[in-house]
Amino acid sequence: MSAVNIQQLGVRMGATRVIERLDLNVLEGEFLVLLGPSGCGKSTLLHAIAGLIDSDAGSVHIGGRDVTWADPKDRGIGMVFQSYALYPTMSVERNMSFGLRVAGLPRREIAQRVARTARLLQLEALLARKPAQLSGGQRQRVAIGRALVREARVFLFDEPLSNLDAQLRTELRRELKTLHRELGATMIYVTHDQVEAMTLATRVAVMRGGRIQQIGTPGEVYARPANLFVAGFLGAPGMNFIAGTVDAGAPGAAARPALLGVRPEHVALGAPGTAPDGPAGTAPAHGRATVTLVETLGAHEIAWLALRGQRLAALLPAGSAPPAGATVDVHLDLERASLFDAGTELRLELPAAAFRPDPS
Amino acid sequence: MTAAVDSRGLGRESLAERRSVRRRRAGRAPTPARIGLYAFLLTAAALFLLPLYVMGVTSVKPMEEIRLGNLFALPVRVTLEPWAQAWLSACTGLQCEGLRVGFANSVAIVVPSTALSIALGALNGYALSFWRPRGAQALYAVLLTGAFIPYQVMMFPLVRALAALGVFGSLPGIVLVHTLFGMPVMTLLFRNYYAGVPRELFMAARIDGGGFWRIFVQLMLPLSLPVAVVAVIMQVTGIWNDFVLGLVFAGSDHLPMTVQLNNIINTTTGERLYNVNMAATLLTSLVPLAVYLASGRWFVRGIAAGAVKG
Repeated sequence: MSAVNIQQLGVRMGATRVIERLDLNVLEGEFLVLLGPSGCGKSTLLHAIAGLIDSDAGSVHIGGRDVTWADPKDRGIGMVFQSYALYPTMSVERNMSFGLRVAGLPRREIAQRVARTARLLQLEALLARKPAQLSGGQRQRVAIGRALVREARVFLFDEPLSNLDAQLRTELRRELKTLHRELGATMIYVTHDQVEAMTLATRVAVMRGGRIQQIGTPGEVYARPANLFVAGFLGAPGMNFIAGTVDAGAPGAAARPALLGVRPEHVALGAPGTAPDGPAGTAPAHGRATVTLVETLGAHEIAWLALRGQRLAALLPAGSAPPAGATVDVHLDLERASLFDAGTELRLELPAAAFRPDPS
Repeated sequence: MTAAVDSRGLGRESLAERRSVRRRRAGRAPTPARIGLYAFLLTAAALFLLPLYVMGVTSVKPMEEIRLGNLFALPVRVTLEPWAQAWLSACTGLQCEGLRVGFANSVAIVVPSTALSIALGALNGYALSFWRPRGAQALYAVLLTGAFIPYQVMMFPLVRALAALGVFGSLPGIVLVHTLFGMPVMTLLFRNYYAGVPRELFMAARIDGGGFWRIFVQLMLPLSLPVAVVAVIMQVTGIWNDFVLGLVFAGSDHLPMTVQLNNIINTTTGERLYNVNMAATLLTSLVPLAVYLASGRWFVRGIAAGAVKG
């Protein structure tokens, strides 16, 4: 009913093509996060769904209805913007009721909906205030309320939390997640923050250059990245890449250059010549490295290593990293590693055992 | 520091600090550069204030005192007779009804011209910055060019055009002319102001279902107060001070105050009534002065505060 289907969508801005032949199906009740670096077209895609910019190819269906050329107000959407975009001369109450007044709803109905939404978002005490009299978190809550009173089937969020400080961001993130569960509405959420994407999404679509690189659950996208870009974009510190070659599988075929991708938490360290003391268990040593730097994150420590001239990060429990300058054996958890073709940068569905690192 | 916690306390403290800095400065011997600076500023101020002073004192002197030729002397006997005469009975050509006729005409010209040109300028600026219709850039370029063409060039064609429309030499005619000439600058002013309004505000209103007029009237106009005040000041003073357009387009029944002032001063039947002329001039300049004084505080108000982050 409120699914969003996008087919072969193209958006042009002047002479440049921002989005080209994009397909995306958002399921009903899903929380889809569009994730990508700035300039990847994720906001443009959201604006095209909202009808705020015209597409020049393809179609957009919301709830089974073709809305490619429909006015924003006729698409059954509510939207929250990064800059809140509250109407500065109107009180919170008037901000929230503006759309309903435009739609010509009866006054009783408007009052009821505003009151209900205000209760949901704890805005009751602020209804008479002007946006200038609110804090950043309150403003964004009002902006969310303004979208909610429309009782739309699809809600669009354009980096709604990026202007807030870290603590508020965490708090509102949790509230949004709860809200999504309570309303059961379809939500499409644009962000460049991977933590937001991971925590909020039922599915993440990673974008680059106007194209969707991979779409899947946060766990899938993180564990089995479809290409080098997705692998490198997710995770902090990013995935480690080790250059080497891979047997193409078929006997007699030439070995191809490839990259082995290992998450920092799948790197374990051990004293030279001994078994590792990390999650990698009894994995054999994959080389001897020098610890160049140790960063402390509180719960974890990151040990930066030099392995055969390549830089490697290992995420270790606090207090377990060897001191800088130490020589250690590196154990990689190959079960959870990914292989990529060095040329096409695409994921290779081959066991990591087929990988041979380059000799230094 | 405890003072830093309370913002009012901090304000008071920094004010005191500033005052002490000033006291320290005042205690120091002035440098030659500073003396020169003040000398220049005082001279400049005197240059502008002296004519005003002469006008002021002359306008309240009886003619006998003026005849003595002491231009800078304070009046011995203060009289408001010249002011009354300038307002009520000074002769502009054959009629002797004073400036009040011209005042009424000027008001009748300024009010609709200002309102119309600002309304249209705001509408233009709004459409150009938010709706961006096809050809908007070209239209904007043409308007900009219009702002820089001296209007004398367009005078004669305009006379012919207005005559063809049948409004030459009438109140609607002069209002139309002022509105037309105000459009480029008013459009420019509002377009630039709206360019500073976050586009997301417009997008939010579009999603809420606002159309062209509703977004303009309910959202953008209330936001436009600061720039509208600037526009009012520009248009009121500009149109009030206009002479040539009024002379050419208004027709004899609607000559603005400036034209009538000129007629009063140039009407010579016997003695030149300097005191009346001065009073008439001061009366004519009172309106722009009042506009500046009354609207100054609006200049600095930031109405858009709180619309977006920060």
